[in-house]
Amino acid sequence: MIVRDVICAVLLLSGALFCLLGALGLVRFPDLPTRLQAATKPQTLGLLLVLAGAAVRLELGDALALGLAGLFQVITAPVLAQLFGGVAYRTGACEPSVLVLDELDERLRADRR
Amino acid sequence: MTVVFTLTFGLLAAAGLLTLWRMLRGPRTLDRVLALDVLLVLIVAGVAVGMAASMRGLDVVLLLSVALLSFIGSVSAVRLVERWEEHR
Repeated sequence: MIVRDVICAVLLLSGALFCLLGALGLVRFPDLPTRLQAATKPQTLGLLLVLAGAAVRLELGDALALGLAGLFQVITAPVLAQLFGGVAYRTGACEPSVLVLDELDERLRADRR
Repeated sequence: MTVVFTLTFGLLAAAGLLTLWRMLRGPRTLDRVLALDVLLVLIVAGVAVGMAASMRGLDVVLLLSVALLSFIGSVSAVRLVERWEEHR
């Protein structure tokens, strides 16, 4: 019982800390692509840790449902990030001078030809 | 355990406030949609912590439906923004 509580506490607190770090990045980072980075990776990890911490304390069926929610987040986060990045690029939210390598621009130009 | 749950809720609430700040500041609509998506993820995490605190599985439906709807909502909002910017 004690061991389970300790595992739950560690998972919940670390997950919430990762969520907070992601939100901090969302506020502090300068432009949309960097904010996208903060919004997907730490948030997903934080949510997974919190879900795992909650699943430790629940019955098996509910814990499986929490796992389903975590799996869904892992699947959808890259899809959303891809979509956000593409639209951000095409609407001019990415500053071209900041980019080191711009493969999408080359490909778009090749398509136009 | 009560201390742990309170602390977790506090951290998640702080993250939510920071996200709301980004949603207010913008500057682009895409930033706001992104902040809304992050806020919904935080809500899912908060519901999970509530479930762990009460040790009841009743909120599982709420959690799964919010997780599903946030994805659908974000995708459609991004599509809408794309269409706006094209017509500008």
